[in-house]
Amino acid sequence: MTDATLVTNGSADTTADTMAASPQGGRRHRRRYSQLSRADKVWLSLMVGIPTVIHIMFVWVPTLGTVALSFTKWDGIKLGSWEAVGFKNYWAIFTIFDPKFFPALFNNLILLVFLGGCSTVGILFAYLLDKGVRGSAIYQSVFYLPVVLSLAVVGFIWKSVMFSQSQGLFNLGRDKPIDFVGNSERLFTFHIPFLDSPLGLTKNFAALLVAMAWRHIGYVMVLYLAGLKSVDPSLREAASIDGCNEWQSFRRVVFPVMKPINVVVLVITVIEALRAFDIIVALKEPVGTTVLGVLVKKNLTGEGGGQVGLGSAYGVILLLLCLGFIIWYLFNNYRESES
Amino acid sequence: MSDQTEHSPHPRDVGFSINRRQMLAGASALSLAAFLAACGSDEKSAPDTTAAPTTTAAASPDSTAPVGSTAPAPSGDTVTFGSNYSDDKPKQAIQAAIDSTGLNVKVNTTDHNSFQDNITNYLAQPDDVLCWFSGYRMRFFADKGLIGDISDVWDGLGDFNDSFKSASTGNDGKQYFVPFYYYPWAVHYRKSVFADKGYEVPTNKAELVALATKMQADGLIPFAYANDGKWPVQGTFDIINMRTNGYQYHIDLLAGKESWTDDRTKATFAAWAELLPFHQENPNGRTWQEAATALENKEAGMYFLGTFVATNSTDQAYLDDLDFFNFPELDSAVGADALDAPIDGFMMAADPKNLEGAKALLSGLGSAEAIDAFLAIEGASVAASSAADTSGYNKIQAKSAELVGAAKNIAQFLDRDTSPDFVSNVIGDAFASFVADPSQVDSILSGIEEQKSTYLG
Repeated sequence: MTDATLVTNGSADTTADTMAASPQGGRRHRRRYSQLSRADKVWLSLMVGIPTVIHIMFVWVPTLGTVALSFTKWDGIKLGSWEAVGFKNYWAIFTIFDPKFFPALFNNLILLVFLGGCSTVGILFAYLLDKGVRGSAIYQSVFYLPVVLSLAVVGFIWKSVMFSQSQGLFNLGRDKPIDFVGNSERLFTFHIPFLDSPLGLTKNFAALLVAMAWRHIGYVMVLYLAGLKSVDPSLREAASIDGCNEWQSFRRVVFPVMKPINVVVLVITVIEALRAFDIIVALKEPVGTTVLGVLVKKNLTGEGGGQVGLGSAYGVILLLLCLGFIIWYLFNNYRESES
Repeated sequence: MSDQTEHSPHPRDVGFSINRRQMLAGASALSLAAFLAACGSDEKSAPDTTAAPTTTAAASPDSTAPVGSTAPAPSGDTVTFGSNYSDDKPKQAIQAAIDSTGLNVKVNTTDHNSFQDNITNYLAQPDDVLCWFSGYRMRFFADKGLIGDISDVWDGLGDFNDSFKSASTGNDGKQYFVPFYYYPWAVHYRKSVFADKGYEVPTNKAELVALATKMQADGLIPFAYANDGKWPVQGTFDIINMRTNGYQYHIDLLAGKESWTDDRTKATFAAWAELLPFHQENPNGRTWQEAATALENKEAGMYFLGTFVATNSTDQAYLDDLDFFNFPELDSAVGADALDAPIDGFMMAADPKNLEGAKALLSGLGSAEAIDAFLAIEGASVAASSAADTSGYNKIQAKSAELVGAAKNIAQFLDRDTSPDFVSNVIGDAFASFVADPSQVDSILSGIEEQKSTYLG
């Protein structure tokens, strides 16, 4: 407990220092700005302005464009041929396409929880390897190997090498091969009152989760291992002198010190869970494995181009989910540094 | 094939094997054409054909090139041609076909998957003549005014039978398409298996069920089955629906004019559910290549697929043993005279820069000479033109021609007979759910009907 207060105090002190220093610092900055030469100003505004323009052009214009398109019906053929339909696309998603939308949303949620679990396992592995297990370099390379592959490639590998009914490793020597990729039966279901169909985890999505874990655990492990290497050993010594057991010294000393890495791991986990779609597309989008990203892609791209309004509406929903997370995260961070 | 997600495959996508002699003959034909082109006035098309010369030296001794040597020098104003024949051999084949028209053509080649995926953007600024396939999608573009009426070209095309003409006709009764070649869907089997076990080719439902039951008793899976990518079972639906309700109902249903909850549609699914136990289990997680292997290894007795079924096999004994028959009739009142046989061909831009040239090119490509030149190199598909030279056909080509020639109506496969976004967003998942659990048919069909309005109409 003492160590924890020590650590927290430490960080609070630094914050306090910066806070105290900032008014003066501000004044100093202002004075420096006025000393800028004309050329400096031009350069500065170019250096700030160009990225800003690029950012607005390629991030905010498309984003707002998507939001605008989500209120239209458009087949994507001729610019200007769109017609405004108000909230009809959203209405369609929640009434007509609810058997597609809610399972997809639920799959994203499962992914979030599951990848969170994988991150924990990755952290555990990293911690164990950091203890100096014999042959840790070998373990590291073995676990890290899948991370070199893109998630789509991971999908191809698992599909043909592991899951295939005729030659898959998991089906070798079975009389009745298991259909890992195609079986959309649910492992568990539950009913939500206002939904027509029950939600649940399908068997093929569960199989996909295993393939994703294969990659995600190694990713988190290496990130965390790098962080652990930089933790000052004297902190742990102090903890053990104070009589902390292994769990306490991790929970109360190492974990808080690792905050920057923890944030990276959290962000990566959430991003992977929300954007996961390449592995599903690589497996050719079997029934039961749909996530939101797949719904966006299928309505927007491809031969028809087809339903730009509907696809954009799915995109906006995904955007709101991401924004929700970002706002929650920024808010928390801001409040922490305030206090 | 792995990047083909939602589309039925295509002979040239799955890479029909071409023997070395054909390849060399083609290469030399092409290099001759390239030489002639270089001598002629057309400087622009020369770069497209320069791929050939490296093989010329090797090819010339046994050159049997029928085409290049007779290709006339290009003439007239340049016509642009949007090609999706992006692989080497088809690219050479289409070039040979174009050269046979003797016109001054500039070929713009796009990767065939990108071409298909970007077709709507492409049609905003198309080439004068472009590659496409017959069916709903062609008619849809015609309705939108994105492609040009070529009825007057058809006045000069005498070599196509009526089924090809109707497959080239838009909703307004005008022609928008020139057919080039096709491949049919049929029930494939090994002759040796049928001979060993004394099986007979079935011609009606009772015989089909009896044969399948017998196969099961003999330890064979009657029908190999796969649905990876969600398009293969669409072929089963097509044929059962056409056998149960006839061609016109099938086309109307896919165009959104009939209801998916109609009793006739339900009858199709009932027939499908009845035949489903004779199919290989768990199709959703199996690729068509794996199912084809089951047929090759004599684990399965039959496989209903396009004639590209043996593409992956190099075993000549198997290829010689392979045969196919038309899917038997299920209802004697409906018969068995309709089938899926996707046709590929060409369309004209709505407003081509060189109208005369575009029409001349289209009628040239509709001639027997063009398809002969094409098949001399590509050697796998079947010519749409009835005047084409069939003497070089192999057994499968010859039989395909016979099968389709006898058909009264030709459907184009589900994803070409209706809106592709409807197929990829609704039908694919619905059919996959059906083959996984046929008892859910009612909720599946009402789901399709409910979601249909967003995509069709």
